[in-house]
Amino acid sequence: MADTQNMNSRRDALKTMFRGAGLLGLGGAAWGSAAIRLKASELTLRPPAAIKEELFVKACIRCGTCVEACPYDTLQLATLDDHTAMGTPFFKPRLIPCYMCTDVPCVPVCPSGALDLKNIAKQIDGVQTEKPDINKAKMGVAMLDQEACLAYWGIQCDACYRACPLLGEAITLEFKRNERTGKHAFLKPVVHRDVCTGCGLCEHACVTEKAAIFVLPRTVATGRVGAHYIKGWDEADEERLKNMKEAQTKKSSPEDELNDWEYLLDDE
Amino acid sequence: MIGNTCLMMSRIIWRNRYIILRRTVQIGLLVLFGGANWWGWKFLMGNYSSAYVFETFYLADPHAVLQTFAAGFVMSTDAIVGGIIVLLFYALIAGRSFCSWVCPVNMITDLATYLRKKWKITSKENFFSISRKTRYWVLGLGIVLSPIVGVAAFEIINPITLLHRGIIFGFGMGWAVIIALFLFDLLVVEYGWCGHLCPLGAFYSATSRFALIKVKHDVNKCSMCMKCFGVCHEEQVLHIVGKHSGFIKNECSNCGRCIEVCEDNALKFSIYNTKI
Repeated sequence: MADTQNMNSRRDALKTMFRGAGLLGLGGAAWGSAAIRLKASELTLRPPAAIKEELFVKACIRCGTCVEACPYDTLQLATLDDHTAMGTPFFKPRLIPCYMCTDVPCVPVCPSGALDLKNIAKQIDGVQTEKPDINKAKMGVAMLDQEACLAYWGIQCDACYRACPLLGEAITLEFKRNERTGKHAFLKPVVHRDVCTGCGLCEHACVTEKAAIFVLPRTVATGRVGAHYIKGWDEADEERLKNMKEAQTKKSSPEDELNDWEYLLDDE
Repeated sequence: MIGNTCLMMSRIIWRNRYIILRRTVQIGLLVLFGGANWWGWKFLMGNYSSAYVFETFYLADPHAVLQTFAAGFVMSTDAIVGGIIVLLFYALIAGRSFCSWVCPVNMITDLATYLRKKWKITSKENFFSISRKTRYWVLGLGIVLSPIVGVAAFEIINPITLLHRGIIFGFGMGWAVIIALFLFDLLVVEYGWCGHLCPLGAFYSATSRFALIKVKHDVNKCSMCMKCFGVCHEEQVLHIVGKHSGFIKNECSNCGRCIEVCEDNALKFSIYNTKI
């Protein structure tokens, strides 16, 4: 009798254990997959000096101090329906762009390291300083839809060019003869991605119904040729060939070949 | 006549002294945080995940810092030091008092419990029950999941910080989560969120075992009226009441409600392991 009781209680204990393990597994799987979905934020524009997105969603403690430090109310904290990791800061340039404050108040207040001053540190004579240089920010890059751009139609509009805080550097105007009329010129805006900060002042200024120029995160909006293509007409690039020991299709040491903003990209 | 009213008023206030103090602290902190965002005050910027105090130092949620560490990111010194300050404050001094003195979710769940009792929605039907230990599993699971999903696993679904942020920065659709939490506490499980599931409560319970401020029970004064059991959110911590004198430990959140309802002066705030 006592034995069967023991057996029963052991069986019950095992049952409870398995039931608990099952619940734990179920909870873990549901929670884990929800978390993976919820952290997806590929199309989000982050504040200046943000570390790369994959690390950013880990690092950000979601306190909103950067949002409060922003004098233009550009930054907002993501709510449940913002299609990005809940509680993390982002901005929508068509609503309010980043006005590129020279003292960059949003960055030094970050307690977690998600916004890192090092990413926009001012260089004086090649030496990194503690001071920020907002022109080095790489929040995103402006993309231009030529079909929707009035300037590409031949109508004079240089709203984005004029709005750009790095006027003549991040956006330049390309002059082309307008063959259709025979007496006018196209003034076509062209974005230079290595200079563009992604502040979105161009997107904000664009006069079309839905902006023809708009900012996307660099991870989404940029391509990369790969180290095995060499510009034969560029002596500096030719040097790379000499340094290369053997044929490599994979990138050897990415660090020195990357542009200064390419730390933002995923390297696989 | 007026004297009588005054006496009655002061009696009511006295009988609710801790709940008044708690609401003052909870709402006061929200006003300070809100003021930073709405009117540019510089006392307390940020929210409960991390706060920038007087523009001089940071406080941080140690549970969030821990999850982030588990996910594979070591935060800046500001956040780590801030997390340690907060952890030490609760672990050594205040106990699990974050839950009932600071956390705004407490006001929501207290309201749910109040209505639950008023409308007599008892859990006698017991169609759904969970163990109070579940929260420790949730706590552990959150830490284990963080490196797997590559993000602080609880922070990404955290309804507590969602409410903090919602009040200070705007809700979006977040209010739906808060309503769900309220309904869960109102209709499904009594003290369901705070007393059974919340891993932050579990975190502070687990770390504040030796905190100084604790409720002390004097069995010699106790008349076994059981009123404290009626108001306690964590009844299991009162297991010594009426049996022997000692300190209330473990999941007690120092809300002081039991002290207010005790008519025998058998419960009071005291310093752990002293005769005070």
